[in-house]
Amino acid sequence: MRTSLRIFFIGGMASYRALFNWLTPWILIPTFIVAPIFELLFFAFVGKDAGVGDNTFYLIGNGISSAAIPCLFAMGNTISNERYTGTLGLLLTSPARRLPLFLGRALPVILNGFLVSVVALGLGAVVLRVSIPAADWLPILVVTAVASFSCTGLGLVAAAIGLRVRETATLSNIVLGILLVFTGVNVAVSVLPQWMQSVSAVLPMTHGIEAARELAAGRSLADVAPLVGDEILIGLVFATIGFAMLLWFEHDSRHHATLETA
Amino acid sequence: MKVLRLVGVTWWLQLKMRSRSSFDGILSIVYPLFFATMIFFMYGQHGDQETLVAAAVGAACMGVWSAVSTTASTTLQGERRQGTLELLVASPTSFPLTVVPATISMGTIGLWSLVVTLVWGRVAFGIPISFAQPFVFVVAAVVLAFSLGLVGFLQAIASVRYRTAWALGSTLEFPVWLICGFLVPLSLLPDWVRPIAYLLPPTWGVAAVRDAALGGNAWPDIALCLLSASAYAVIGWLLARRLVDSARMRATLALT
Repeated sequence: MRTSLRIFFIGGMASYRALFNWLTPWILIPTFIVAPIFELLFFAFVGKDAGVGDNTFYLIGNGISSAAIPCLFAMGNTISNERYTGTLGLLLTSPARRLPLFLGRALPVILNGFLVSVVALGLGAVVLRVSIPAADWLPILVVTAVASFSCTGLGLVAAAIGLRVRETATLSNIVLGILLVFTGVNVAVSVLPQWMQSVSAVLPMTHGIEAARELAAGRSLADVAPLVGDEILIGLVFATIGFAMLLWFEHDSRHHATLETA
Repeated sequence: MKVLRLVGVTWWLQLKMRSRSSFDGILSIVYPLFFATMIFFMYGQHGDQETLVAAAVGAACMGVWSAVSTTASTTLQGERRQGTLELLVASPTSFPLTVVPATISMGTIGLWSLVVTLVWGRVAFGIPISFAQPFVFVVAAVVLAFSLGLVGFLQAIASVRYRTAWALGSTLEFPVWLICGFLVPLSLLPDWVRPIAYLLPPTWGVAAVRDAALGGNAWPDIALCLLSASAYAVIGWLLARRLVDSARMRATLALT
């Protein structure tokens, strides 16, 4: 138990620091602070030009979705960078239990995603002069943390696919694009065609963004509890699928000796 | 003639290489479609036909910049990683002449993205691909891609000492989309943004493509796009010589 806890917390943090090499200020500031703010500004102005949505709509959508950048890419890097550094084989031959090994890597990622969202929401509110009552911020931050968790669940699936495909950066970008289109970041889910709404309903972020928008409109955390519950459930489902895929692909790569050929 | 052959052969080689890369090739075409889709939904809610066509043209041009912004920043880092940067610098051919075709090949991939985005708008959203001046539209699109290739050249040279240049490149994607009026008219932006926009070739290139599509006079914008992009190429050229000389003197090309 103690070993598992060590692998979960210390191992997770060590691998995050070693493998997610975006923590240098030269990457961290442009990628996690500047880019999300400009993305938010871009869509806020496009919305103004198109005559749809207000600044609060774009602030919440883009602020929360900015968590997806670390949640997807950092999780993807936990596999792809192990391969890049030549340690993937060593990792998978170690006797460490897989649950703390892989889920421990997710914990710092959730925190990272949450912080990126908080910065984007805070700076974005200042830049766009969006006024949200102080009392509403705390529940919005709770929802933001939940959205980061559920998105990391999806990141775990992407990381598992990294055991099979080499191009995890391409994969993460495509998953990010899908999230941007389907989860109501800049286009209300109700505007999307029915089949897209059905997909939205099972993706991370959708319910989190909707809950945060309702909170910003004055609803209470209790009012949006069902949405938050759905977001948590989706995160758990994706995390479970991701973990199962990791186990399966590891087993399969041993069986076919394909770990390094992916 | 020798220079033209060098540029042509290198451009073709780089284009073939990048077209086979999932990141530089496929993603450069697919990723802008996500943004285009959001934009079509946004303008489709209230927009008339002409607004939608303008949005489709702007969204299509966004893909050209996407294809250049990140990859241009990482061009020389990629050469460094492959161990070919020293060979390029040491070759008797002028160093900038080996970099320019690479960044122009990125703009060429951007043209694919432009076409695919327009087709996507037609197929998925019913936005007509009927332009007022089809020939001028093609000229303007090619000039846009070429000029963005030259901007990418300056970007590539400027980031040669920046180990994590890809982050800089991807960060420039949204600011250029916003400031250069790809979708949002400059009149909607604060006054202080306009002088910056006028210094950037995409501002003129996108205006030219839009004018050609909607029936305006695109030629002045095409000329200004080429002129401003040439200035970027000259700055890049001078900077490249200076940086190469400095790297040779200090033995810092490998950044080790």
